[in-house]
This record gives sequence, structure tokens and C-alpha cells, in this order.
Amino acid sequence: MRHILSILVENEAGALSRIAGLFSARGYNIESLTVAPTEDPTMSRMTIITTGSDDIIEQITKQLNKLVDVVKVVDLTEGNHIERELMLVKVRAAGKEREEMKRLADIFRGRILDVTDKSYTIELTGTGEKLDAFLCAIEPGVILETVRTGASGIGRGDRILKI
Amino acid sequence: MELTGAEIVLRCLQEEGVEHVFGYPGGSVLNIYDEFFKQDKVKHFLVRHEQGAVHAADGYSRSSKRIGVALVTSGPGVTNAVTGIATAYMDSVPLVILTGQVPTHAIGQDAFQECDTVGITRPCVKHNFLVKDVRQLASTIKKAFYLAATGRPGPVLVDIPKDITQARTEYAYPQTVQLRSYNPVTKGHQGQIRKAVQLLLEAKRPMVYAGGGVVLNDAAGELTKLVRLLGFPCTTTLMGLGGYPGTDPLSVGMPGMHGTYEANMAMQQCDVLLAVGARFDDRVIGNPNHFNRESRRIIHVDIDPSSISKRVKVDIPIVGYVKDVVEEMLKQIETIKERPDLAALAEWWKQIEEWRAKDCLRYDRKSDKIKPQSVVEKLCELTQGKAFVTSDVGQHQMWAAQYYKFDQPRRWINSGGLGTMGFGLPAAMGVQTANPGQTVCCITGEASIQMCIQELATCKQYHLPIKIVNLNNRYLGMVRQWQEFFYGNRYAESYMESLPDFVRLAEAYGHVGLRVDRPQDVEGALKEALSLKDRLVFIDVITDQTENVFPMVAAGKGLSEMILSEQI
Repeated sequence: MRHILSILVENEAGALSRIAGLFSARGYNIESLTVAPTEDPTMSRMTIITTGSDDIIEQITKQLNKLVDVVKVVDLTEGNHIERELMLVKVRAAGKEREEMKRLADIFRGRILDVTDKSYTIELTGTGEKLDAFLCAIEPGVILETVRTGASGIGRGDRILKI
Repeated sequence: MELTGAEIVLRCLQEEGVEHVFGYPGGSVLNIYDEFFKQDKVKHFLVRHEQGAVHAADGYSRSSKRIGVALVTSGPGVTNAVTGIATAYMDSVPLVILTGQVPTHAIGQDAFQECDTVGITRPCVKHNFLVKDVRQLASTIKKAFYLAATGRPGPVLVDIPKDITQARTEYAYPQTVQLRSYNPVTKGHQGQIRKAVQLLLEAKRPMVYAGGGVVLNDAAGELTKLVRLLGFPCTTTLMGLGGYPGTDPLSVGMPGMHGTYEANMAMQQCDVLLAVGARFDDRVIGNPNHFNRESRRIIHVDIDPSSISKRVKVDIPIVGYVKDVVEEMLKQIETIKERPDLAALAEWWKQIEEWRAKDCLRYDRKSDKIKPQSVVEKLCELTQGKAFVTSDVGQHQMWAAQYYKFDQPRRWINSGGLGTMGFGLPAAMGVQTANPGQTVCCITGEASIQMCIQELATCKQYHLPIKIVNLNNRYLGMVRQWQEFFYGNRYAESYMESLPDFVRLAEAYGHVGLRVDRPQDVEGALKEALSLKDRLVFIDVITDQTENVFPMVAAGKGLSEMILSEQI
């Protein structure tokens, strides 16, 4: 099962490697990891997408909580949540492909950020699935480059992760 | 008052009540050593290898409830210390390791004796710090001591660059520590404890399984009371020996790979298992699926939530200090009327006594070769089971654990988790330092002892009268045993041909050396060694070369699938 772990960590040198090291040392999966400081600059918020059985996710959560730099851990997939990922994709857009690519970007609510006479650079936001769907919708041959941030997540409604 | 970083280090150690530090100087810690020279409150022990420093601090801590402190220099000082740090981490021993580092401006430049200490040690410490500002030095050291000893204890490392030890700042030692990200649950949940007590009283075939947490948290007294009040059988793990008196009739010995027949059968067949400060590790429960074939309810008390339901699913988890939780259990039992089902318990004990009657630790007492088991038994008898015993790793470790009956906690000091050969002698130095005037024995083997043999010089320098009992079988015994059992007697690299003359080696270091090669001489040699109160005595005991450790649960096998000695 896929899980989204939201983690508040001390914004200290080495905190990221403690967490990344924990995953590699214990053989846990990381599908994606994003991290940046919060509104409180002494703390960072991290979103890790991982997969594993319930037992493994329980262990991951416990092991994360054990790290001295980790302030709080929440498994967002336990409740309603919002998940967003940003993708920048550079595609070939020449001749008759050009109009089709523009249309496709519009359908996926993408924004064209940069244009040359042969290419578009499109910004796309959504769940990982939506970004995957966009990549499937266009011909693999026209993709010149993709870069994805990995997902960030937040609880719906009154669910708040704060200390 | 303005002090230098080096002065602050010494002041902090004094504030923490540290009396003994084990270490080895080098370039980046010279300022700190200079401060050692100028004072006499904190005594420094110069080891001969940094691994020895950490093991000594480790033995010091395990045998005395105090935090062990080691000090090493940057680069190779740190990498040499890593084995010791990992050993302490696996066995949850509270240590503070101070390491020198190249000056802050040189970090990352591949400077002389530079290594990424915080990076290298990260996976084997509870936490570590790199001090980049002298104003944070005192508070960081305070945090290190606090983190090491609270919650699940463990080693904490503080890396101090050389320029920080020279820089000056206003000094004040913080009285308290506040870490918003570190709040271990220490008090067990009342409701869970109530449920656990109910379950214990309903049990027909109960079993208590006590681990190292009982020793570390000083809960032996409470546990002993609980077990005796209930009249339940109790097994103590390799790390928990002494957590419940080994000579008590309710004790069924050690569980696991080299556990007793009765302990393993009772673990397998009990209907309620109370695990206290134990973690169902692979040397106790080799095969969780096999273990789960019999249904039983499990109560697990541990300070570390991640130890609960890690390898074996439990029914009633209780997170907290085991001492407090067991105390609370006692209190609750005293206030309610229910008592264990005595008829069922009698039936269960009858079964256990049948298993016990197998006498699984029997060995050939009439052999004309020295049986290693007999040496441990004799040592236990001559020291009335009261000595501090350290060990290395291998067959001798298992025989020490099986045949020396520990009635008190913190007397048995061994590397259970990491299984570090070379641990025994330096650990014994720490034990002897913490317990002057007490008998400290190091039961070892001819292979393990050579991994830290240089520490014989340290023992000489500080007059540490350790009794080294070298069970010398000219083999890497446990490796040889596995090769005999599982590798068709192909003894690959498990034989040592050119062993030193240990008697003369001991003498070369200024100690007393004795050699015994006939069974009838064992007692005399041990007595002689024990009578030399102020000398280190190295007793080289030439034992039966092919003796094996029994019972044995092969790796991955079930507890009831033991290999027993041919004697049985």
C-alpha cells in the first residue's frame, strides 16, 4: 500500500540524512521525498511517499518518531487529505504537433511557461496519477525532459499537523 | 566567566559528576587533554586502542548504572571507536563519546585526520552533534548526557572541532534540557496495565520473558517480586541474566539459540507470555512463523515503541520504563482479590519440571580433557556467583551465560546485540574501574582475546587486577561448531596454528600467567588466580578442542526444534 507520511523535523544540518539513512538502513522504500522550511524557520516539513504492508508502515512511523530531530509524524493516508505534485515537462512542439500539444496542456490545466519554435515547457500540478496520465497521453517520442518535485500533502478540513 | 572550549568540556564533565574518562589523545583533542592535565577531579585512563576506550566506558556504565564517557581524536580515532559505539548502541548502553574534529574552516577540505564523524557514526548512535559554535558547547554536552540516559538509553556523540576548543565564551552550565522533539513515553498506560494484569491472572500456562531492559532500568527487584508473587516461570535472555536470580527455582534459564530445553519449550507452549524489556530478537525467536504456530497472548512492556510488534505481534503493548510498569502491576495485583489459577499452574509446573529433568546442560564430567563448561562452573562456585563477569563472543560466551548463575543484575557484561569479539578485556577494565576491590573475571577465548590484547598494557598501568580465563580450544569454536553442523566438517579458516604462548605474553606485559591442561588442575589454578588480589592473572586453560554448545536451535528453526547434546 502507498502511504504519504508528513513529518515535522528540526531544521538542523543532518536531519535529512538521518531520515534518508533510516530508510536505506532498514530497507524501506522511498518513492519520493520533499522537504522545505515551514513558516517557523526552525522547522522543516517533509512529505515522504512510501510503500509497504501495514506492519512496515507502523515500523517506519515508530522508527521516525525515535529520531531525536523528528518532532511529529502523521500518516496522511489514514484520513482525508490533499496531495499535489508539480511537474515541468519540455516537449517537442513543431509543425502540426504544436497545436495538439497546446490543446492537451489545456485539458490537463497545464501552463506553458516557455516557448521556442520547436518546443514548449509546460507546468502541471496535480496528484501523481494525473501527472502520469498526462505523460501517457502524449507520445513518448515528443517528451524531451521531465522534472517532478515529488508529492506534498496536507490533511483536509481541520486536520492540522503542528506542534 | 569566560572560558575556552576545552575548559568548558572539563567543567561540563565535572558538572555531570563524571569521575572517569577512557580515551586516547591526538592532534585535534590536545587542548582538551591540556585541561585534563591541569585538574584532578576527572581521572583519565589511557587505553591502547580507541575501540578499548569505548568498550571500557561501556563496561563501566553497564556495571555501575552511570554514564560511561570516552574521548578520542578525529579521523582514525573515531573510526577505531566505531566498533565500540555500535556495540553500545545495540545493547542500549548510555555513553557520551567526545570526539575531536579538524578546525571548522578545514572541515570538508580532506584535512589531515579528518573524517565525517557525524556521518560515519549516525547509524550507530542514539544521536550525535557537531558543535560549530563555542557558545553551544555546554548546552550540547548537557543534551548529550540527557539523551544518553533517558528513554531507551544509548551512546550519544559530540564532535568538537579544534578551533572550538580554543575559542572563548561566557560559561554557564544549563540546569535543565528542553527538546521539543524528544519526549519519550516513560509511564505505562494504566488501562493497558490493568488489562495485562487481568490476562496474567487468567493464564493457565504463563511465562515471564525478561530481557536487558530489566537490567538497564534497574527493575530486577520489582520483577523478582512480581514473578514470586505470581509463582510463574521466568526466563532471562542473554542480556537479562541477573535480572531475575539465576539460582531461583522459578528461573528456567536462558531462552533462544543456546537456551535451556525447559525455557524454550515453555516459551513455545505457554498461553500467556509477559515480555519485559526484551525484544524477540532473532537469537531468541529464530523463526516467528514457527513461534506463532501455537496460539498465545503476549504482553510486551518496553521503553521503545519500535521494539513492540517488530518481529512478533503482541496483544497488549505497554510503552514505558519497565521498572515503573512492573511496580504498577504489583500495586494493582495487591489491590484486587484474584489470584492465579493454582491448579492450572501446578499442572504447568509439572510439565516444566519434566522438561527440566532432561538436564539439557549435562556434559561429560569424566573426560580426561578439560571441559570448558566445568571451568565456568568451578569459577561460579569459587566466586559464589558474585563476581563481575565479562565475556567476548563465541562458544565461551554461551558457556559463561549457561553455567555461571547470576543472581544479581549488572554482574554479567557481554556484547549481546552486535556480538563484538574483543569486547571482554576492555569492558572488564571499565568494570574494575567502576567497582574497585571487587572480583572481575573476563571469560574469553584464544581468538577473541587477541582482538584487543593490547589492553593488557592499560591494565598494568592502572593496576586493574582482572582475572582472565582463556578457554583455549585452538579453534574459532563457534565457527567450527557451525562448520561441523552445517558445512560438512569443512573447517574453513577456523583453526589457528601459531598461537602465542599466553603465559609468557601475560608476563611480558607485567602480569601473572598460568597454564592448565589437566582437569584436576583447574580448581587450583582458579583459586591461585583469585587469591592474587592485586594482580592481573591470565589463566590459559587448554580445553577440549571439539566441545560444542548445547542445546542449539539452528538459525531460522523453531524453539522446540533444539539439537541436544549426545549426553542426553
